Amino acid sequence: MSTTSTVAPASAGRATPRAPRRNPLRSVPLISVALLVLLVVAGILLASRGENLLSAGSIVDILTRSSLLGFIAIGQTLVILCRSLDLSVGYVAALSSLVAAVVMDGEPSRILLGVAAALGIAAAVGLFNGIVTTKLGVHAFITTLGSGLIIKGFLDTRYPGPSGSVPSAFQGFGYTRIGVLPVSAIIMLVIAAAGALMLHRTRLGHSMFAVGGNIDVARLSGIRTDRTLILAHVMCSTMAGLAGLLLAARFSTGVGAQIYGAGYDLDSIAAVVLGGTLLLGGRGGIGGTIAAVLILGVLDSLFNQLQINPFFRDVLRGVIIIAAVALYARRQIDPKKARVRFRDTTSPSAAEPPPATEGGRS
Amino acid sequence: MSTRTGAAPGGPPSFLAQLKQNGSGPVLVVLAVLVAVMAVLNPGFYEPPSLMAFLRNAAPLVILAIGQYFVIVAGEFDLSVGSLVGAQVVIAARLINGEEDRTWPVIALMVGFGLLVGLVNGLITTLLRVPSFITTLGTMLVLYGAIRMWTGGSPTGALSEGFRQWGRLGIDMPVLRQLPYALLIMIALAVVGILVMRSSYGRVLMATGDNDTAATFAGGRVWLVRTGAFVLSSLFATVAGILVGGFAGVTAQVGQGMEFTAITAVVLGGVLLGGGRGWVVGAMAGALTYQLLERLLVQLDMPSTLNPTIQGVIIIAAVAFAADRWRTRRGRTAPQTPAEPEPVGVA
Repeated sequence: MSTTSTVAPASAGRATPRAPRRNPLRSVPLISVALLVLLVVAGILLASRGENLLSAGSIVDILTRSSLLGFIAIGQTLVILCRSLDLSVGYVAALSSLVAAVVMDGEPSRILLGVAAALGIAAAVGLFNGIVTTKLGVHAFITTLGSGLIIKGFLDTRYPGPSGSVPSAFQGFGYTRIGVLPVSAIIMLVIAAAGALMLHRTRLGHSMFAVGGNIDVARLSGIRTDRTLILAHVMCSTMAGLAGLLLAARFSTGVGAQIYGAGYDLDSIAAVVLGGTLLLGGRGGIGGTIAAVLILGVLDSLFNQLQINPFFRDVLRGVIIIAAVALYARRQIDPKKARVRFRDTTSPSAAEPPPATEGGRS
Repeated sequence: MSTRTGAAPGGPPSFLAQLKQNGSGPVLVVLAVLVAVMAVLNPGFYEPPSLMAFLRNAAPLVILAIGQYFVIVAGEFDLSVGSLVGAQVVIAARLINGEEDRTWPVIALMVGFGLLVGLVNGLITTLLRVPSFITTLGTMLVLYGAIRMWTGGSPTGALSEGFRQWGRLGIDMPVLRQLPYALLIMIALAVVGILVMRSSYGRVLMATGDNDTAATFAGGRVWLVRTGAFVLSSLFATVAGILVGGFAGVTAQVGQGMEFTAITAVVLGGVLLGGGRGWVVGAMAGALTYQLLERLLVQLDMPSTLNPTIQGVIIIAAVAFAADRWRTRRGRTAPQTPAEPEPVGVA
């Protein structure tokens, strides 16, 4: 703060009274509107071809596609809110799917053990990520890139192909449905609700927002910033572990390269940011993330049904992500906060005065 | 700015001062240790021909690292370089299609394409204020998808000999047997990188990464400088693409994952993620270290699948060491040392 006060006292002084005003324009409603629009457009597109978007089959398809990325993205939301990020989630999911399948080894009696082992190992990776990031001062980008590489090497060496097997009782996690709702999607929504409650109603949740907003202020306010960040990483990895369990249930065995090669890490970060969570931390929420994951799921499903070139999907995805985030940036109330960068310095001045909206600062 | 006080206008800082300020010390130590270990394990590695071959293979990553350095030192990321390298190789193969006289026009076209990608990345980041992580992630997806759409999933066409020579051949020499073009290009671009960072542009770039508000008040046009960094990164990636294409040929996987390797190399070289500190020579040393490490693991008869694990450990350890040594974390999270109480001419 002291650096800012010498450079731009006006902006530092104004930041506080401005804070409450940004709530009405939080981006969560925006993304929900986008989801609705997309659903309507997709419905019309499909109806014109004599298909029904809201048929049981396609709802199941959308929700099944979404739940996997949803698990990972919920966890990713927590770390990004704390102004960190996790590039190892894909590898953690692969690791936990293998651990679960190998431990269960087709024995129904060992389901619990397998689940516990998979989640435990995932949580341990998160603990490692969190501790290295906070205590050793390594940027989370490097920490999680490194831990991902470590896991990748281990998996490639030890489990080059699919290993272990999952008892059929556990496969239900991947395929059972209640009505049109897949169990995995229900679990995802329940966890999302629990996560949102945690963020908005508990001390830990408030600490996460505070840490992401300004870690110095958070520490000076008596928040245990290191512990908060470590917990966020543990939760994120555990969620990735849960995604791994789901994958093991779907494949009925543990797989490595196919999972971590699928790009879940970058996809999840994209979904979180698409959902309106600031990459700079401190603002956003799980609701937006879920809406973004559903948008990506609907798009995938739509492209599948319209039989559009799958590579075009990537192009469109890239454009949508950039356009959406540009739109958010335009809508930011606080122009000083708008230029998001991976800046470790937590001074609020780490944004350039925007050339276009110069008048707003007068 | 405080980390660069020695680089004040008084003249170029001495070599040692550079080392001290820019956090490149650890990587040079690691590099020296690796060079020594290699000498013990396999003295034949330092026979000129094999050394030249190693440097030829390392050149693309070093070039990518220099390009990435500009972006990182300005406080941004460029995740699109890997897919840009892939795209350029595929474009070259498709357009040249084995015909020798198309080599230079296509190379010109590739440079133009690189320029365009860099410009788009830069302008979206600076003018639309999208975080560069997202901008370049989006570019990566678009390039990846567009190239595969264009080629239907498997790249076709062939590169001409005139194109491939840059990555494969060199000037015949008595002792070295062959001085690879790739090495010469790498050295030339390294000189360009150093000169750029010593120019006024480079100083503004560094100041921008350190504190862009201050840089703006000091009269720097932050958005223009940042856009320039993205353009440089894309152009360097284009050169790397030409070398990679010449050396490795055309596959659908060319360039995959190179963005993370390049970022790792830069960070390994003591450049601070978030910008404002680091030395271009450090970034190059980081890239060489990464390549030498990979080579060493082959030498040690490790199963090649274990390479990522060891790399992961070393990356984390090296960065942790540097972070601890240079006190970046304390500097960044503890109340910062107050800026020099110089009068700031801002009303």
